[in-house]
Amino acid sequence: MKIVVCVKQVPDTKGGVKFNPDGTLDRGAMLTIMNPDDKAGLEAALRLKDQYGAEVTVVTMGLPKAEEVLREAMAMGADKGILVTDRVLGGADTWATSQTIAGAIRNLEYDLIITGRQAIDGDTAQVGPQISEHLGIPVISYAQKIEIEDGHVIVERQYDDRYHVLKAKMPCLITALAELNEPRYMTPGGIFDAYNAEITVWGRANLVDVDDSNLGLKGSPTQIAKASDKVRKGAGEKVNLDPAASVDYIVDKLKVKHVI
Amino acid sequence: MNIQDYKGVFVFAQQVDNVLSGIALELVGKGKDLAKDLNTEVTAVLVGSDVKGLADELAEYGADKVIVVDDPELKEYRTEPYAHALASVINEFKPEIFLVGATAIGRDLGPRVSARIHTGLTADCTQLDIGDFPINPIPGKEQLHNQLLMTRPAFGGNTIATIACPDFRPQMATVRPGVMQKAPREAGKKANIVEFNPGFTPNDKYVEILKVVKAVSDVADIMDAKILVSGGRGVGSPENFKILEDLAEVIGGTVSCSRAVVDAGWKPKDLQVGQTGKTVRPNVYFAIGISGAIQHVAGMEEADIIIAINKDETAPIFDVADYGIVGDLNKIVPALTERLKVELAAK
Repeated sequence: MKIVVCVKQVPDTKGGVKFNPDGTLDRGAMLTIMNPDDKAGLEAALRLKDQYGAEVTVVTMGLPKAEEVLREAMAMGADKGILVTDRVLGGADTWATSQTIAGAIRNLEYDLIITGRQAIDGDTAQVGPQISEHLGIPVISYAQKIEIEDGHVIVERQYDDRYHVLKAKMPCLITALAELNEPRYMTPGGIFDAYNAEITVWGRANLVDVDDSNLGLKGSPTQIAKASDKVRKGAGEKVNLDPAASVDYIVDKLKVKHVI
Repeated sequence: MNIQDYKGVFVFAQQVDNVLSGIALELVGKGKDLAKDLNTEVTAVLVGSDVKGLADELAEYGADKVIVVDDPELKEYRTEPYAHALASVINEFKPEIFLVGATAIGRDLGPRVSARIHTGLTADCTQLDIGDFPINPIPGKEQLHNQLLMTRPAFGGNTIATIACPDFRPQMATVRPGVMQKAPREAGKKANIVEFNPGFTPNDKYVEILKVVKAVSDVADIMDAKILVSGGRGVGSPENFKILEDLAEVIGGTVSCSRAVVDAGWKPKDLQVGQTGKTVRPNVYFAIGISGAIQHVAGMEEADIIIAINKDETAPIFDVADYGIVGDLNKIVPALTERLKVELAAK
């Protein structure tokens, strides 16, 4: 079985988000990580590899620096890493990004493609389903459990108040939730091997069946009209009282606001 | 594509088990506002099996027209037949705007449809306006009017961006549930109902549903609650949620929780507030033992009154709380419940 996992290198928001004076994100000042949902997708692929045997190829699109997440993925147990990077691909929205990644994946054999549900920088959850549409294969989003059975994949697909157990013919694309699993750590041997491993680097010329008009900023149907740091309401009062006085304080506020 | 051919505001009227989802009515309400600005109509697109009976409800909430795509293949949500239904409706009726709820269904369906018909899609919008693009005139660039300006948070709510889709139609957005307002219901109001079936032929992209497992939950929808008593990891254990439940019962509220609580398996997913849970806008939000990660705040900061109780005075929840109480929730919450019993009995 051949599995392609799509990952994205994203700024780590855990340590807080840093802004430039003009209100845009200061990406240079923030550490980067492998996007958490993608890491869960990779872990899911590695478990399928452990269970059924598989070759796991990790694909990322980004700046040359994004090869770091490919090495991390290989240190966890992925077999191959492919970096798609090219100046003309920059500024892509989800349409152009999914066109690019689909164009790269057309070079590969695959039974299963796994992406994270969404990246913590864009929060769109669109690229996975859009890749599947461009490739003409079924998509199962929000996977909370994945099994393989006789050329088919059986997936628990989460909804708000229920889950569906779905069966799809492979090849198929699945988007994974961070809740799917607890990703394994890199192994010392894996880190050593990954450091020396060869990363395949592809540019525009390597993309299959994609028109220039669908790539990069120029190929993006959506355009940013305005971007800004979010204005928050700001802190109100804060008190540090003993429990009885705390209760008085809350009851007083509920009365003033006519809640009780 | 001739952009002038695309007219009207369309919304996907999501239904589950032949009951309209709240988002369907919210989108009709918002679609009506946008249609008014554009001097056009709002059309609800109702997709399912035996769902025609829901059309009147959409009309009473403001839909001028309802397109019904009714087919046995559409009984339960599946990506492919639903995407085929919406893409066919768009190709046939050519709307200028198409809105879908940013639900677990809509965030799967929207990207698939937008990729099929080649247009832009803006995810999880919290504000929609009709306006100019570029917003301010730029020399040498034509300023387009009557564009859909789609505003959305990104970076877990740290930044906010306004997006336009000037060169493709329809302008598509998924819209966060709980943010837009339903219009008041007008009993007896009728819409023009159009039945449309593009034909559904199963292929390899149709997945098979082996089982539907509904979460056993008799709790109220936290998005409808006027008062939410929300607990985080600081509550300490699933058993200790009892003190929150007691408070909720006395004050007429509903219990909700943070993602940490769901991840720990203490509470079901449908009670989760935040970026990956639900967006709520109650009159009063009690944040009890919730640290206030940005992803949580994104789901509750629109509450009218936020009351936070946390023993850590540096917890970020205090940055958004109207009233912050630094203290031990195990002492304060039960005492508050007892006190409220007395106060409310005296009324």
